[in-house]
Amino acid sequence: MARIGLKNLRHSYREHPAADADWAVKRLDVEWAEGSANALLGPSGCGKTTLLNIISGLLRPTEGAVYFGARDVTAAPPDARNIAQVFQFPVVYDTMSVFDNLAFPLRNRGVPAAQVEKRVREIAALLDLEPMLMQRAAGLTADGKQKISLGRGLVRDDVNVIMFDEPLTVIDPHLKWRLRGKLKELHQRLRPTMIYVTHDQTEALTFADQVLVMNEGTVVQSGTPVELFERPRHTFVGHFIGSPGMNVLPATFDNGVARFAGHVVHIAAPLKVPQDGARLEIGVRPEFVRFAEKGIAVRILKVADSGRYRIVDTMADAEPPATATIIKLLVAEGTALPSGRAFLKFDPAYTQLYVDGWIAG
Amino acid sequence: MNTKTVNHKAWWLVAPVVVLVAFNAVIPLMTVVNYSVQETFGENVFFFEGVKWFEQILRSPRFHESLQRSLLFTAIVLAIEVPLGVAIALTMPRKGPWVSVCLVLMAMPLLIPWNVVGAMWNILALPDIGLLGHTLNAIGIDYNFTRQPLSAWATLIAMDVWHWTSLVVLLAYAGLSAIPDAYYQAAKIDGASRWAVFRYIQLPKMKRVLTIAILLRFMDSFMIYTEAIVVTGGGPGNSTTVLSIDLVKVALGQFDLGPAAAMSLIYFLIILLLSWIFYTVMTKDEQS
Repeated sequence: MARIGLKNLRHSYREHPAADADWAVKRLDVEWAEGSANALLGPSGCGKTTLLNIISGLLRPTEGAVYFGARDVTAAPPDARNIAQVFQFPVVYDTMSVFDNLAFPLRNRGVPAAQVEKRVREIAALLDLEPMLMQRAAGLTADGKQKISLGRGLVRDDVNVIMFDEPLTVIDPHLKWRLRGKLKELHQRLRPTMIYVTHDQTEALTFADQVLVMNEGTVVQSGTPVELFERPRHTFVGHFIGSPGMNVLPATFDNGVARFAGHVVHIAAPLKVPQDGARLEIGVRPEFVRFAEKGIAVRILKVADSGRYRIVDTMADAEPPATATIIKLLVAEGTALPSGRAFLKFDPAYTQLYVDGWIAG
Repeated sequence: MNTKTVNHKAWWLVAPVVVLVAFNAVIPLMTVVNYSVQETFGENVFFFEGVKWFEQILRSPRFHESLQRSLLFTAIVLAIEVPLGVAIALTMPRKGPWVSVCLVLMAMPLLIPWNVVGAMWNILALPDIGLLGHTLNAIGIDYNFTRQPLSAWATLIAMDVWHWTSLVVLLAYAGLSAIPDAYYQAAKIDGASRWAVFRYIQLPKMKRVLTIAILLRFMDSFMIYTEAIVVTGGGPGNSTTVLSIDLVKVALGQFDLGPAAAMSLIYFLIILLLSWIFYTVMTKDEQS
């Protein structure tokens, strides 16, 4: 296993990239610790698969370098990098048995038969594939096939990193949970460096210790799931993570005080004065908004039931009406909602000011 | 309750296809069956002969020789065209502007009428004025397809390979194109050799199209007539008289309708049997 580093990396699929939009991955520096479980989260087309292919060596970056530990592997082909990858759709060698599938990467590398046998049985036991070792791989269900893909990575004990490219896409929902649990368990037992690419926040947040959120080719934020939730660095992260996403409200700022619709809003961090002309927004998650005796005056528009809590859509009655914005909040099931006129209060510890999308302070 | 409404008017809906199949297959086949058990001396007078013609054909050395020639020809042609077609398909570009150029070039021999193919090769192979025949002789190879059985066979095989390898290429290429990139990426990561990629990814994924290609090429080459009759006419001597040419000689040359009918039926059954064997062997894995 190794630490994975991307230094000054840029990639474009065009021959002569000029405009900013020509870059599929814009300049970034990332480092993943040895033995860590990481997620790469972002909407479709944000450059996460490009990044994955650069790490695996299927793509060579236009600029910058890829490091595995201290070794610069930028020019190394995939088979020289000692990586493993689980693809979106299960890739198994149909004509081989499950055993032969798992043995394939070892046999290709000339490992002696006795050692292959021992290693394959170990990994099969970990993945619960033992009962079907002698079956043909083609006959397995989708989750079984994904386990084989994963197993082909795990059998080699010198693998630098195991990468997952949205591996649960074709798995039935009830099996998704089991397979995700299995992944977590495997990570704790074997401690491989894992990078998990997905557009599903639940998958990313439950799997990873460290989540990298990407949008339009840049890393928007890298942090633990808690950091992403409590202190999104960008309004995009606030929107993309959480269900429902963060409330983003138009704001003004003068004399060191942030205001929304005329009301003073207390912000967690000490504020520097933002530049003139910048777009100012206040971000607060629905989890940190509550009804209060006084505060921002709103009317309730809609109440949606979501299991243990209700999602309440409110509208601030602001002047001018152009600044009227929907503010969502979560109310525990069984709590009475105020009738008619209501007031909202934001939790200052989790309320942020954003300047041109990026967090202030 | 599960009651089924019986509507006899619905029979009219299948009537067109019944008529079509009857005129297309059943009636001609039955006519042949009818001929195969009778003797005629013309004037539409027939005598019942039972299985006499079948016995005669199956015992005749002439039939055995034609059958052997057909089998040999098919075996050689399949042994060349299938591996060659797969090899060409593997080297064809998967992306880019050359794809369509290659596909058009490949499809060209398939678009030429069969008798034209025969005429082209006949002229090409003429020892005195043909480009191929003349060149071969000029470089010291004694080649004359109108006199030497070996030259005649080589010409027919070369012609068939030229004419039909494209079909195998196109089918194999279609099979290859359907393989997702992830398989190749996984193979790279697993450290598979080029041979292993072919053996464990490409060949298994091409299996279905190759089954079709082999069946089509088997049936067509086993029934080859047009091109062969134009180039060699079954000669020199009887050296390239394959079953179909022999059949036409019996039926139209000698006007022995009874034996010819019996021979066609035997011919038909051999093709049916061999096709069934090919199909069963090649799809054995999928059924288990």
